[in-house]
Amino acid sequence: MAIKQLSVFVENKQGKLVDTVRAISAADINIRAMSIADTKDFGILRLIVSDNEKAIAALNENTVVTTTQVIAVKMDDKAGALCNILSALSESGIDVEYMYAFTASADFGAYVVVRVDDVAAAEKALGDKGIATLNETDMKKL
Amino acid sequence: MAKYYQPEIETASREEIIRIQNEKIVKQVKHVYENVPYYRNLMDEKGVKPEDIKSIDDIKKLPFLTKNDLREAYPYGLLGTDLKNCVRIQSTSGTTGKRVVAFYTQNDIELWEECCARAIVAAGGTEEDVCQVCYGYGLFTGGPGLNGGSHKVGCLTLPMSSGNTDRQIQFMMDLGSTIICCTPSYAAYIGETLAEKGYKPEANKLKAGIFGAEPWTEEMRRSIEKSLGIKAYDIYGLTETSGPGVSFECEEQTGMHINEDHFYAEIIDPETGEVLPEGSKGELVFTSLDKEGFPLLRYRTRDICVLTRKKCSCGRTHVKMSKPMGRSDDMMIIRGVNVFPSQIETVLLNEGYSPNYQILVDRVNNTDTLDINVELNPDQFSDKVAEIQAREKALESAMRTMLGIGPKVHLVAPKSIVRSEGKAVRVIDNRKLHD
Repeated sequence: MAIKQLSVFVENKQGKLVDTVRAISAADINIRAMSIADTKDFGILRLIVSDNEKAIAALNENTVVTTTQVIAVKMDDKAGALCNILSALSESGIDVEYMYAFTASADFGAYVVVRVDDVAAAEKALGDKGIATLNETDMKKL
Repeated sequence: MAKYYQPEIETASREEIIRIQNEKIVKQVKHVYENVPYYRNLMDEKGVKPEDIKSIDDIKKLPFLTKNDLREAYPYGLLGTDLKNCVRIQSTSGTTGKRVVAFYTQNDIELWEECCARAIVAAGGTEEDVCQVCYGYGLFTGGPGLNGGSHKVGCLTLPMSSGNTDRQIQFMMDLGSTIICCTPSYAAYIGETLAEKGYKPEANKLKAGIFGAEPWTEEMRRSIEKSLGIKAYDIYGLTETSGPGVSFECEEQTGMHINEDHFYAEIIDPETGEVLPEGSKGELVFTSLDKEGFPLLRYRTRDICVLTRKKCSCGRTHVKMSKPMGRSDDMMIIRGVNVFPSQIETVLLNEGYSPNYQILVDRVNNTDTLDINVELNPDQFSDKVAEIQAREKALESAMRTMLGIGPKVHLVAPKSIVRSEGKAVRVIDNRKLHD
């Protein structure tokens, strides 16, 4: 099952990123995982948060937010773990748009978030190799 | 060395100039009334008949023409003669996609080129000179005007057109160009490039430059003169009246002599339309006294400037206009191209953006920069960087098609463009073009 990621438009100007994060903080939302893609003009802040609805409401005040389905997978914390996941996707002809990793406080496990165009196909490719993906309920427990 | 191209007219007495103007205006108004229905209607609405115009002083009775009239009458509505008598068009960009198309008979071309020849001779040009024309050729009037003027003077003409700076420099050095004609910003750029290539200002044979089509400051003039080792002359014109050469600078460099045997100039209050006395700052209005193809009467240029009849040490008697000090509309001149905010707005609406934008104009290393900040609509946002960058590129491309110059587009967050009193500040021009 895919999980929801929020993508936030942040202008590449001093103070813009902290303004965005401050809005999330003020709404008492915890950021579980994040990454930022940056260009000269703007960045896209990608977030997995504790409460999507509340976060969207808080962020919409000042910027644009979009919700994207992404895949989250737990990895063994050992050599070759990420390679297994990407190989499964590659063999099924699935392109990875971007990805980022995080650790969870509950189990100190290593996790990776993967953005693909066809979530169902990616989940099937991973499932066929015995790699489970996380759903929203799983995320809440981490 | 001849000091004037047409000494008898360029140094004619005030009385003689007025006599010529009186004669031409009576004939021109009658001709326009009979041949241009669009203007006849304007005259009828104002209750003015051709018989009411007995001398140049009566010109103030005539209705004005504006850029809006040119748009309404596009393309043939202001044509003053049969198309079969016309031999050329020139064009400029205009608002909302409609361009200004001006028609020229062979006589119109001759008089335009003569005006440019006067400018070249005023800058010291003779048949001994090598005149490098690096204004754009084609629809833009810069190249064709100076090219024709250079032929009339008898210079060896290098029809370079703009761009390809390495080639410009190669021809300049190999053929020993002595006069260069281009936009001031391109002249500055050529100067810098020469320096980068290790050429000292005295290494080239240039003695004079004729620069126009965009605003420039006295400071920029001195810098160009130093970097190229020349004397820099200003030239002014607009497609609506002919092109460059409507007025030009002499060696005194204190304003541009208007070729008032062809173009009658008035300064008006842009609010009331009232004609202001000599020395007042106001909007420049031109009447073409003898053009046939596109005979505009009392055309409002929107350029703000001052006219003076103070005696000039060069001996020319024609009235002088100051460098334009600004505009009475929102037109910007960027890299020599006329740009209206409304054109930018049109592109944004066509491309599905909200008309929340901000235009930032600056001059970096003597070249104009145009940046447009556009507010992103929520439904246009994507989590993929490449998709947003592709949107910026597509918008830049559509802007380039509309404006004729390429801006840099930056997508910004919704509601992020500062609004003062509820209204966005649309244009921020940091060039400080007017002294």
